[in-house]
Amino acid sequence: MSDSSDEEISQQKWVFYKDRPDWKDVEPIPQDDGEEPVVTIAYSKEFTDVYDYFRGILKTQEKSERALQLTKDAANLNPANYTVWQYRRDIIKALKKDLREELEYIRQTIRKHSKNYQVWHHRKVLVEWLNDGSEELEFTKSILETDDKNYHAWQHRQWAMKTFKLYEGELDYVDSLLQTDIRNNSAWNQRYFVVNNTTGFTDVVLSNEIDYTLNKINIAKENESAWNYLRGLLLHDKEGLSKNQKVVKFCEDLYNSGNRSAFLLALLVDMCDEEITQGSGDVLLARQKGIDLCKELASNYDTIRCKYWEYMANTLEKKGTGTDEACTSSTAN
Amino acid sequence: MATPIKDVVLDENRPKTLLAEKHADFIIKLFHSEDNYEFAITDYLRMSGMYWGLTALDLLHKRDKLLRVDLFDFIKSCQDPESGGISASLNHDPHLLHTLSAVQILCMYDKIDILDIEGVVKYVASLQQPDGSFSGDKWGEIDTRFSFCAVATLSLLKRMDSIDVDKAVKFIETCKNFDGGFGSRPLSESHAGLIYCCLGFLSITNRLDIVDRDTLAWWLCERQLPSGGLNGRPEKLPDVCYSWWVLSSLKLLGRLHWISSTDLENFIMACQDGETGGISDRPGDVADPYHTLFGLAALSLLGYSNIKMVNPTYCMPQEVIDRLGLKPQVLA
Ligand SMILES: [Zn+2]
Repeated sequence: MSDSSDEEISQQKWVFYKDRPDWKDVEPIPQDDGEEPVVTIAYSKEFTDVYDYFRGILKTQEKSERALQLTKDAANLNPANYTVWQYRRDIIKALKKDLREELEYIRQTIRKHSKNYQVWHHRKVLVEWLNDGSEELEFTKSILETDDKNYHAWQHRQWAMKTFKLYEGELDYVDSLLQTDIRNNSAWNQRYFVVNNTTGFTDVVLSNEIDYTLNKINIAKENESAWNYLRGLLLHDKEGLSKNQKVVKFCEDLYNSGNRSAFLLALLVDMCDEEITQGSGDVLLARQKGIDLCKELASNYDTIRCKYWEYMANTLEKKGTGTDEACTSSTAN
Repeated sequence: MATPIKDVVLDENRPKTLLAEKHADFIIKLFHSEDNYEFAITDYLRMSGMYWGLTALDLLHKRDKLLRVDLFDFIKSCQDPESGGISASLNHDPHLLHTLSAVQILCMYDKIDILDIEGVVKYVASLQQPDGSFSGDKWGEIDTRFSFCAVATLSLLKRMDSIDVDKAVKFIETCKNFDGGFGSRPLSESHAGLIYCCLGFLSITNRLDIVDRDTLAWWLCERQLPSGGLNGRPEKLPDVCYSWWVLSSLKLLGRLHWISSTDLENFIMACQDGETGGISDRPGDVADPYHTLFGLAALSLLGYSNIKMVNPTYCMPQEVIDRLGLKPQVLA
């Protein structure tokens, strides 16, 4: 398939560098700086051979075709070795290698080692050198197809989008990811990233985003990511957390229908909290409602976090009675 | 529509008490193995690896078992005379991650003077960018991890005056997300490991005031799963190293008690390897020094009596931080 060139290499019979006539002039440098192995990784003779010669060329600063090939073998054996990648870039620059070819090579390498910092960084440097981010969206998409929360891929994608202004179509892409996995927190975060960096959260956008999110919550009501996104949206509502009528009605209807999602109850608690703080509406009623919700959460719906809910009940209890200053310190253990 | 939560199930026959002796043996064996090949292939992360192993041993009250003079010679030889930075091992380029690890080790052994301290300070300062952020090395990768490494290193050396702290804080502030968490860069997804880095950074710079304390603490609490373990992001599996990052973050926010410590303790105990010693990311996986350190450090924060008290900001023994006279901010 697409990674065929590397498979070919591994299928060919491996010849140690020490047995290669064209490497006779290089002095291999064995590792000899102590005896404390720190982390166990399966060892191979091939590994020692390659790295002895890598240290050899590093010492003489040889920048040649064969040295380039050697860094490829070294990187294959251990893609996390940051020195190998740095030296490889030195060689690429010195030999003025075709950067497109290198981009293709790193594409294959990232596919195999997609959680490694160094390979992604190598790609970023190449894209910067080429000053062309046109392949990055397709590329990161292909990585996200196998792991839709890969932090490196998302980070690289955001970097490329920001650097080369590639926001078009991104919300559709995010939507397609959320249709596959509605709980994909990375996709929800990306939604925020795009809106924030393009239209911003204007009243119209905010209203649309709230509709979108409430729809998603209707599909999966225990979805932490969607509830968090909703809270993020409400940060942009000038009225605050508890005054958006669409959200308030949605939450009340959901509660009255018998739903007891911990995230729903948590938002209702925070709405009560805000009403008490602002002194708007019936403060006493809001306080009692909030405290009751906290008790429900602590004893039934989110028992593993009962300490948090006890703290919130305590906070609400003290609020509006003139002792709110005291409540933060009294519960710390 | 109920979707099963991504989590693990703890086995009935799991270890339930701390296997302290076995963990110490596990680490010592790694350091003393005669197998040079294993040693050779891990050179790219050796300095950090040594920090994990030595700190784990120290927390177990077993530091003296590994007092070796060649350790200090080795660290000294990893300092690049030109840039002043410290590399993972010989034949590698200096990097901020390993610079911090080296400084942490030397502070623990009270041997910091063997380094060219001015060189280290110059190196760290040289990595600060115009926007206040830090790159990890001369190749310029930016990440909030490196902001933490920079201020942790400089504060241990008492040289915070060598960087623009206000600008550094401003950069961290731009990485704060709508859910209260922090990511690697502005608007990157919140991630428990990076939250620890940012809170550790703010603890050292005494600026925890910029955090949305209870919003973030609640997000962190949400990381606890029914197994008791903590994950690093929503819908991810629990992992011992994330348990430490979430727990230390909660400690810095003064909200450690919001999660169930009994459940977390059970989870970490279950990740111990009863035969070889050491702790792994999840029950049944292969143990390594990295997860061994973070498992022990988490148990220390939970108040486990046979383990030395760990400092939540530096992940070093509290007695070392006290000896240095450092008082990183912790919210009450
Ligand atoms: Zn882990």
